[in-house]
Amino acid sequence: MRQDHIISAKQLSRADIEEVLDRAADIAEDPGAYADRYEGTLLGLLFFEPSTRTKMSFSAAMKRLGGDIVDMGTVESSSVKKGESLADTVRVVEGYADALVLRHPSEGSAKMAGEFVDVPLINAGDGAGQHPTQTLLDLYTIRENAGFDDLSIGIMGDLKYGRTVHSLAHALTNFDARQHFVSPESLRLPRSVRYDLHEAGAEVREHTDLDEVLSELDVLYVTRIQQERFPDEDEYREVAGEYQIDESTLAAARDDLTIMHPLPRVDEIAHGVDETEQATYFQQAHNGVPVRMAILDLLLGGDR
Amino acid sequence: MSDHELRVSKIRNGTVIDHIAGGQALNVLAIVGIDGSGGDAVSVGMNVPSDRLGQKDIVKVEGRELSQDEVDVLSLIAPAATINIVRDFDVVEKHRVERPDQVVGVLECPNRHCITTEDEPVQSRFEVLEDGVRCEFCDTIVREDLAELIVD
Repeated sequence: MRQDHIISAKQLSRADIEEVLDRAADIAEDPGAYADRYEGTLLGLLFFEPSTRTKMSFSAAMKRLGGDIVDMGTVESSSVKKGESLADTVRVVEGYADALVLRHPSEGSAKMAGEFVDVPLINAGDGAGQHPTQTLLDLYTIRENAGFDDLSIGIMGDLKYGRTVHSLAHALTNFDARQHFVSPESLRLPRSVRYDLHEAGAEVREHTDLDEVLSELDVLYVTRIQQERFPDEDEYREVAGEYQIDESTLAAARDDLTIMHPLPRVDEIAHGVDETEQATYFQQAHNGVPVRMAILDLLLGGDR
Repeated sequence: MSDHELRVSKIRNGTVIDHIAGGQALNVLAIVGIDGSGGDAVSVGMNVPSDRLGQKDIVKVEGRELSQDEVDVLSLIAPAATINIVRDFDVVEKHRVERPDQVVGVLECPNRHCITTEDEPVQSRFEVLEDGVRCEFCDTIVREDLAELIVD
C-alpha cells in the first residue's frame, strides 16, 4: 500500500483495500507469524475524544505485532488543556513514536495533522468526517459474510453525522454495490458525500423507511444517532429512537442478512437480535484487531 | 467603451471590472477590499442592460490594479467578469477572469467544526468546483453566498 498516512477512505483504491483485507486474513490465520515483527516499535495514541473500541484495538494490534504504545491520555491530563495547538502536539509526539493514531473532534484535523509530521498518521475519527480504519474492518466483515459481488447494502441511522457511514459509502464505490441509505430527512447524507457518490457513478437510493428495501438487502449496517454532534437537544429528540430494529423487524429480512453496527449501540438494535444468526456486530468489532495489525504492518514496513 | 459603460464616468488609471452578474457589484467591492474609507474613487453601475448577461454590474476603481489573488476570488462569484486595466484613459490589458483550481487563505470555511476555523497554523484551502467550492480539510461544499466567506 503506497500511502504515507491513512486520512480518508476516499484515498483508498480497490487494490489498497484488498491488500489490507488479504493481509488481515493472513494475520488472522497465523497470528504467530507476526508476533514479534515490530519489537521496539512505538505507536503514539492521540485521542482527543473518548474511545473504547478504536483505541483498545489499535493498542492490542500494536502489542500483538510485538510493539508497544505511548498514550497521550485524556485531554484533561495533557498539554492540550494548557492551550497547545494540535499542530504542535503532533510535531512533539512524532519524536516519541514511529506512527501516530489521531482521534479529534474537528473535521479535517487528521488531514491538517498529517501535513505537519513525517511519520505515518492514521485518522481514527475526525469529528463527523471520516473513520477509514473502521471502514476497512467493516469491509473485512462484509467480505467474510456477504462478499463484494452484486452486494445490496442498507446503511441506516445517522447518515449526517456518522463518520463511519461517510467512509464506508466512499469505499463501497470501489465495489459492485448498491447502496440504500435509510434515515430521517434531517439526517440525510451530507452534500459532499452525495456529490462524491454521484461523481463515482455509484448506485445509490435514499429512503426514509427501512421496509422499502429490507427484503432485498445482503447487509444492513445500523448506526447510532450521534447525540453529541447535534447543535441542539431538541433536534436530537425529534429523531432519537426513530430507527430501531428488533426481532419482529427482521421477519421481512432474508435469513442470510448480515446485520452490522460500528458500536457502541444505544437502542438501535434490540438485545434480542444478538441471538440471531444475522447479528454480526461483535464479530465485526473483533475484526478490528487483525485489520489494524494489517494496516500498521503495511504502513510501517510491509514485507520487511 | 460602449454607451452603456459610459453611464459611469471614465477613469484615468485603474481597473474596470465588467460583465459582473447583476446585483453582485457590492460583493465584488468587498472582495477587492473597497469600502470607501481608503479615499479611492469608485464608480458602480448596477443592473445595466447587457447583450451577454441580460443585466450586468460594472465597477470602476481609480488608481488600483487587482492582484491575481483578488481576481481568483472574484472569479468565484463573477465567473463571466472581464478585467480591464486602464492607464492614462486607455485600456492596456483586457482579459476574462479564469477560475483557479484552488483558492488558499481567502475564504473562511463555514463549517464551525472544521479544523481551519480553530487557532491552528493552517490556511483555509478550497478546491474550486464547477458550481461552488469545497473545503479541502472538512469536505464542506459551498455553492451559495461565497462573498460572505471572504476572510477579512
